[in-house]
Amino acid sequence: MGIEQKLGDMGIVTLKLEQVVNWSRTYAMWPMLFGLACCAIEMMSAQASNYDMSRFGMELMRPSPRQSDLMIVAGRVSRKMAPVLRRLYDQMPDPKWVVSMGDCASCGGVFNNYAIVQGVDEVVPVDVYVAGCPPRPEALIHGIVTLHEKVKGEHFKDWA
Amino acid sequence: MDQQSAATLSEASLDEIKHLVSNRAIEGDTVLLNMGPQHPSTHGVLRLLLELDGETVINVIPDVGYLHTGIEKNMEAKTYTKAAVMTDRIDYLNTVGNNLVYCLAVEKLADLDVPPRAQAIRVILTELQRIASHLVWLGTHALDLGAMSVFLYCFREREFILDILEMCSGQRMMGTYIRPGGLWRDVPVEFEAAVRNFLKIFPARIDEYDALLTKNAIFLVRTQKIGVLSPEDALSWGVTGPPLRGSGVAHDLRKSQPYSGYEQYDFIVPTRTEGDTYARYMVRMEEMRQSVRIVQQAIDKLPYGPVRSNNRKYVSPPRAELATSMEAVIHHFKLWTEGFTPPKGSVYAAVESPRGELGVYLESDGSPKPYRVHWRTPSFVNMQILPLISKGVLVADLVALIGTIDIVLGDVDR
Amino acid sequence: MDEHLQSAVDALKERFAAQVSEFRGEVSLILVPECIVDACRALHDEFSFELLSEETAVDYWPQETPRFHVVYRVRSLRDNLILGLRVPLNGITPVIPSIVEVYKNANWFERELWDMFGIRAEGHPDLRRILMPYDWEGHPLRKDYPLGYEEVAFSFNQKEIDDRKPFAKE
Repeated sequence: MGIEQKLGDMGIVTLKLEQVVNWSRTYAMWPMLFGLACCAIEMMSAQASNYDMSRFGMELMRPSPRQSDLMIVAGRVSRKMAPVLRRLYDQMPDPKWVVSMGDCASCGGVFNNYAIVQGVDEVVPVDVYVAGCPPRPEALIHGIVTLHEKVKGEHFKDWA
Repeated sequence: MDQQSAATLSEASLDEIKHLVSNRAIEGDTVLLNMGPQHPSTHGVLRLLLELDGETVINVIPDVGYLHTGIEKNMEAKTYTKAAVMTDRIDYLNTVGNNLVYCLAVEKLADLDVPPRAQAIRVILTELQRIASHLVWLGTHALDLGAMSVFLYCFREREFILDILEMCSGQRMMGTYIRPGGLWRDVPVEFEAAVRNFLKIFPARIDEYDALLTKNAIFLVRTQKIGVLSPEDALSWGVTGPPLRGSGVAHDLRKSQPYSGYEQYDFIVPTRTEGDTYARYMVRMEEMRQSVRIVQQAIDKLPYGPVRSNNRKYVSPPRAELATSMEAVIHHFKLWTEGFTPPKGSVYAAVESPRGELGVYLESDGSPKPYRVHWRTPSFVNMQILPLISKGVLVADLVALIGTIDIVLGDVDR
Repeated sequence: MDEHLQSAVDALKERFAAQVSEFRGEVSLILVPECIVDACRALHDEFSFELLSEETAVDYWPQETPRFHVVYRVRSLRDNLILGLRVPLNGITPVIPSIVEVYKNANWFERELWDMFGIRAEGHPDLRRILMPYDWEGHPLRKDYPLGYEEVAFSFNQKEIDDRKPFAKE
């Protein structure tokens, strides 16, 4: 009793369209290069050969927001940078997700002062928060995998 | 507040810089292009306003401050030990160096002694950090010029160094391992074997990068005679580090004003005279080899002994003593609740970071919190020569020039 | 003290009535604002102090006279020396002559002084904010400027903080 019984002679697989679309979105999610500070170096390490992120479909990092679907906010966002961040987020086409990498992006981190936005969720809506200062590349990859789990449970009407 | 700044961002910038661009731009003859804060080649959030005549750059106006973190003001609100945590994040590629210069300033202010074993381990970690920083520089510089495999090789080497730092302090990058009075704790048993293993394999890897880049025809065309900096200009603009040594001035703080026991180690200071991008590349490659030499000597001569000073007013006593001595308990209590209080006065301590002269001006008013900490960061000063050396280059060369000055935006904006 | 340094210090002491102080092996001279440009020019041309290492300020609020001290540090590479200069300033928006003609890298240092402390550098070609946004009000590194921190969230006030915080909508 398996899928072969349902296949019949024609080799047709039936599946919900949402599952196929979500599956394809997770396996080819292109991050946008938005490394700001120290977390950017750990993001580059995660992209390099030891903790390869291209195993998860993120082969390239697109610097242009028009060609990417994931924004990894890696580093501290200062008050001068916040409008730029919002503008870049608005320029990304749907569907788009945001991973807030590191303590400074999630909650302001070590810096509780006039110059740093206390948590990037004051500027853009965040899907996954990754903690650490800076988070290990493995922690970032765990965050990405968590995002994949979230995307697999999405419905079409969320993005309509 | 964010929405209204977004509206004023573009208008304010053009009015403010009218006096900096040439008349041709205002007439519309040349193009004003924004190489924005988010760009793959600016090594962080740097905004450059370019005035272009076709593809040639006539003027570059840097706009910094997109990573300003207010570290100097924040350090005034914390005690000396807590402020040491923030020092890692200033130049995040040279975290051990930042800790070291802050601790040197505090030790100078408090007249604190540092045992020789701690000094030797400080030298080993600082030189390993220098190699790691130069590896990131090489990887990103080569990546900007088109050589992607060098980037992957450099980050592979860097993982060895990060493993050693993690072994000592528990954290790959922001260790805060160097504390006033010595180190946080002694290095573990695996440290020496790991360092020796690294020293055995690394010189061959530098030769690999040499083979890939040094005589590569494309690399030579893209870096020779680009961004020439004369020694007079370098001194007048206050440039230090590899850009100064690449222009012929042999000034290295490890040789002229040695700190932490550098006078015991035998190494040369590489200098070139051409002053172009290729000269700076050769200087940094040779610096990596010299760092290997210093670490080799330091680990061979590593003395035994304590790793923190005995001065109980600044360094807390070991925990075993707390069970027997009342004074130890009192010192521990004062240090943990109030923090130590150095005497009133101001000092300046400087080290040679991979980017240049990294200095801390520390002023104390007798309270447990620093009264004023100013970070003299090399990237802030070195950035000023970018408009000077990029007159008449192409936009693609500008990318190489940003890489060759080796700026880290955390350094520039603090 | 080193003899080259001693000769430079003596020359400045007699020409500009500088006061000398030494602490932990470092020499510092206190000068008045009017003669700082001439002093720097003398140090640069005659005594070969080629490099300006740093130029920063310290705020002594609530003490009003002097309110600020501007601190310079110059290095001589030929003789391997370092010398510090201090200039006391009074008032809410003090003015100091710019040393940009003598040491070119004072350009960004003085812009940072204006941005962070509100100290104007007279004769500076391009005085505008460098680290803070263009329309920022106030000078952050002054002692009467608040740190601007956010209240730390514990379990008893987490909900109130979250209700007050401006979370971003889509």
